[in-house]
Amino acid sequence: MKKEFNIIANLIETNSKVLDVGCGDGELMDYIYNNITKDIRGIEISKKNVQKCIERGLTVIEGDAEKDLKQFPDSSFEYVILSQTLQAFLDPENVINELLRVGKKAIVTIPNFGFWKVRLHLLFKGTMPITKNLPNEWYNTPNLHMCSIKDFENYCNKRNIKINSSNLGYKNLFSDLGIFIIEK
Amino acid sequence: MNKLDKVKRIVIQKTLKLDCGKSISNFPIAYETYGRLNENKDNAILVFHALTGDQFASGVNPVTNKEGWWSYAVGSGKAIDTNKYFVICANVLGGCMGSYGPSDINPENKKIFGTDFPVITINDMVNAQYELLAHLKIEKLFSVIGGSMGGMQVLQFISNFPDKSHTAIPIACTASHSAQNIALNELGRQSIMADSDWQNGFYEEKNKSPAKGLSVARMAAHITYLSKKGLQEKFGRKLQERDDLKFSFDADFQIESYLRYQGSVFVDRFDANSYLYITRAMDYFDLTKQFNGNLSKAFQKSNTKFFIISFTSDWLYPTAENREIVIALNSLGKDVGFVEIKSDKGHDSFLLDVPDFLNAVKNFLNTSYGKINEKRI
Repeated sequence: MKKEFNIIANLIETNSKVLDVGCGDGELMDYIYNNITKDIRGIEISKKNVQKCIERGLTVIEGDAEKDLKQFPDSSFEYVILSQTLQAFLDPENVINELLRVGKKAIVTIPNFGFWKVRLHLLFKGTMPITKNLPNEWYNTPNLHMCSIKDFENYCNKRNIKINSSNLGYKNLFSDLGIFIIEK
Repeated sequence: MNKLDKVKRIVIQKTLKLDCGKSISNFPIAYETYGRLNENKDNAILVFHALTGDQFASGVNPVTNKEGWWSYAVGSGKAIDTNKYFVICANVLGGCMGSYGPSDINPENKKIFGTDFPVITINDMVNAQYELLAHLKIEKLFSVIGGSMGGMQVLQFISNFPDKSHTAIPIACTASHSAQNIALNELGRQSIMADSDWQNGFYEEKNKSPAKGLSVARMAAHITYLSKKGLQEKFGRKLQERDDLKFSFDADFQIESYLRYQGSVFVDRFDANSYLYITRAMDYFDLTKQFNGNLSKAFQKSNTKFFIISFTSDWLYPTAENREIVIALNSLGKDVGFVEIKSDKGHDSFLLDVPDFLNAVKNFLNTSYGKINEKRI
């Protein structure tokens, strides 16, 4: 299991109601279902992944997070998780607003563009960085809106979004991943 | 031997008040079961059939000697595994496989009902089938499942009996029959009624049968169950047992021949008046309107776990209409899963060998069954 899944799962209160946006093949949901809360469901755009979630016995809705979050009422979940897909949306700001509307709290993770390896890659090689969390070339990456941990913090401050628990010991320079719990 | 000697029937003793205002009592419901009810009585699944289906979902239909209409899905080791589950399927009210319908005798004048049979609705259908569950002594179903009109019955059933099933699987259906679908049904009905042998619905007492009209109705409907791509791939412009066009109105093309065949075999197994009544029930179905425009309210009292399935190439009950049900359930925070299956086989996909669909149903049922003792469902 990805290491951040453990961190995310530990942020969630037992028996709370959770939505995993872009839940993939359901690995994180499965872990949370078996260890933290049964009241969890996911949204996933890939048909193949939806089938995998169903195989695991998880509740999943095939859909597009950019369009389909609007069907959920305000504050209908204690936690909404968005794991490493924020940068791939056409309109990430809208997605963040929707996460904060639908969830009382949102757990957002981002691949950190301020990570030292990323900085060095661009500084010395002069080409777009490729790391474990950013494995694609510039021409085939799904990532449209890369940001750093600092960028995300600045954004939240600007929009009066409360960062409840930021980064969990990670720093802009030293971590390849940013994990935030945010709320309005 | 009467064909109905081969079907299981119970007589519902109660009086059922129909949506049209009339009441029926002491009426038969024909049904079939597959598999065994276990000791805990927690493994029963009620399957609802579509417009031209019947209670013989699996195995060989003893009346037609053809495979049951849902043989791909229901059976030993299949998606709805009869080794594990007790599957019940009833012929709908208004049908022609042994349940109370227009071919039955009108107790008032001792003649065949014909079009004197009361107009029935999806609501009437599920209320009648509810009585069957009492007869089978089933307190709570594990699941209710059905495609097309069967899916509509699933929705109505949960709305009427919110605690009666742990899970529900409406497939390729809608909460409100669209104008396009009403139009297509009307085309079929007009085709039947335009046949002079229809005799205003009293053809049986005159020993006639509007076979031509019913056959055309089936041909038209059959096109709507397929997709353009599926038709093109299967038939294209292929000719029927000939090398060239015949410059006539004979069936030159394979697709023509296929449709004619579909129409001709249909009339042997289906009653024209039943076709009128059941299509009418579909047209009248508007669960949203039953709850004053708020579909969510239909499911408010239910904790049933829903799994909704649509198909990419289904233009009759398109994904968008299935999604409306998902949205209604999500707006209440209900437990609902949804998947759109990729298939070129059109609306008929749910009846055919579509592995992604069958696997999804199987996985949903089996994983949910393992959880029915947890508090969530």
